[in-house]
Amino acid sequence: MKEMRAAFAELLIELAEKDKRIVLLEADLMRATGTTPFKEAFPERTINCGVAEANMIGIASGLSVAGKIPFASTFACFAARRAYDQFFLSANYAQQNVNLVGSDPGILAALNGGTHMPFEDVGLMRNIPGLVVFEPCDIVSLKELIPQAKDRKGSSYMRLNRKSGPAVYAEGENFELGKGKLIRDGSDVTLIASGTIMVPEALSAAAGLEKEGISAAVIDMHTIKPIDGEIIVKYAEKTGAIVTCENHQVINGLGSAVAEVLAENFPVPMLRVGVEDRFGQVGDVDYLKKEYGLTAEKIKDKAITLFRRKECLIGTR
Amino acid sequence: MKRLTDEKVSELKIKAKEIRKMTIMSMGKIGVGHIGGAMSIVDALTLLYYRHMNIDVDDPKKPDRDKLVLSKGHAGPALYSILADLGYFPGQWLDTLNLGGSRLPSHCDMNLTPGIDMTTGSLGQGFSCSVGLALGDRMSGYGNTIYSIIGDGESNEGQIWEAAMSAAQFKLGNLIAFTDYNKMELDGYMYEVMDISDITSKWLSFGWYVQRVDGHNFNDIDRAILNAKAETSRPSMIILDTVKAKGFAPGEGKVESHNMKFDITAAEQAIAVLDKEYA
Repeated sequence: MKEMRAAFAELLIELAEKDKRIVLLEADLMRATGTTPFKEAFPERTINCGVAEANMIGIASGLSVAGKIPFASTFACFAARRAYDQFFLSANYAQQNVNLVGSDPGILAALNGGTHMPFEDVGLMRNIPGLVVFEPCDIVSLKELIPQAKDRKGSSYMRLNRKSGPAVYAEGENFELGKGKLIRDGSDVTLIASGTIMVPEALSAAAGLEKEGISAAVIDMHTIKPIDGEIIVKYAEKTGAIVTCENHQVINGLGSAVAEVLAENFPVPMLRVGVEDRFGQVGDVDYLKKEYGLTAEKIKDKAITLFRRKECLIGTR
Repeated sequence: MKRLTDEKVSELKIKAKEIRKMTIMSMGKIGVGHIGGAMSIVDALTLLYYRHMNIDVDDPKKPDRDKLVLSKGHAGPALYSILADLGYFPGQWLDTLNLGGSRLPSHCDMNLTPGIDMTTGSLGQGFSCSVGLALGDRMSGYGNTIYSIIGDGESNEGQIWEAAMSAAQFKLGNLIAFTDYNKMELDGYMYEVMDISDITSKWLSFGWYVQRVDGHNFNDIDRAILNAKAETSRPSMIILDTVKAKGFAPGEGKVESHNMKFDITAAEQAIAVLDKEYA
């Protein structure tokens, strides 16, 4: 199965062929992020900044001022934590168009371990005014969403799984940045998930719930900022219970974004599946999924808890 | 370009004095400002904007113009005086420095102030942005020059040296940088806070074309800029030996001038001294 980094590099080459303004910046991770084919296709539009992420974001911002459309790529931990001030000010406060790609978000950092494992990148990025934060769950959605981020005025942050994941969508599916995608309809509970780990886990949980007689809707919330309040409220009204599923801290990530919408618009019982205020650690993805409870089983348990709580609430009315 | 004539030097001196007066007044009106680092860089800015930079006030966003990144963004008010004088915006704007809703904030903002080429303020960042601008404009084949001004205190930032390494790696002959070397940072003399040691050797060892001149001598700075323009295979660093708060008597040569309180009366008195001593 094709790796997402290969799809990303192919797409960037395709976009760069049509749009001469596109440039790629890397920080000595090209062979890891898989963008070497871009360098081969466009050597003069590839800028390897060495191991210096802060400088890379500054250079990207300067390139944007000079009328280019920079894509800056590095591991999500460095993109979000190390170069945050540069991305915040030189790119976003200065109203530039810098497309920042953070690869290996959350437990996908796997064998690189706790030092490289960002559970807080979405939280950091959500705090930047006007920034688009998104996380495609498969190659089809990746190919649809990146061009929209490129053409939008303003910067973006994308979480990218370098490796392959299950295909969620068939070719030809349409996506709109900023609009959640209903993958499976349901009436008892709604699972709102993002990313290559949690969207498939949510789908698997929904199948399990069906066997228990619980009808679960699944929404792929590929864009975490701006969050699609409309679909959240619609499914809160329809199902009366929401479980969020994220490969990130439950603090200030997708779960928080959904909770904010619900609390202010249509409060219904909700629970969050994600990393519960812990640092990362080393291990393979399967081990880490279990360690942090990022599993279909956990989603299913929380959905059942919520379903029962909802039934009790109805019973007391 | 020919060397400076004596006549042009006199003109520049008069202009720089005007710019200093405008800057002192704009800060005096709000009662506080980064007068030290603004005054020390006035002469270099004056020389760049009134002689070297290929810019057009009627077409301020012209893509192939020369650009200047004031990475030591707190010196913005000195540059605002120049931009107002050149006609990028009305001179009355200078009276609004740092007031709520002003288009002239303490640190440079390209989206608020016409003529400002890059938003700066968090030290070190603007320098990386100038590397990006130099790369981008070279890709576009403009043949222009990107000027970048950093502070000596700013050089405490690791990002300065990341950017320095990259500009040399990318052979940015279209980048001419200046260090406003007034030997002081906010908390004291550099040797007390964070000694930069042999600044010239540092830049040389990073692969830059390095010159060190009196930052208040137009002939010296001008010669250095002409030399830097002739050097097309590597970036240039011109280290300007300057005096903090140069021309602002109450603060000249004093550490306290970094961000100094002074009212309009003090501003007027300082201007009177400037008129007398720099006649």
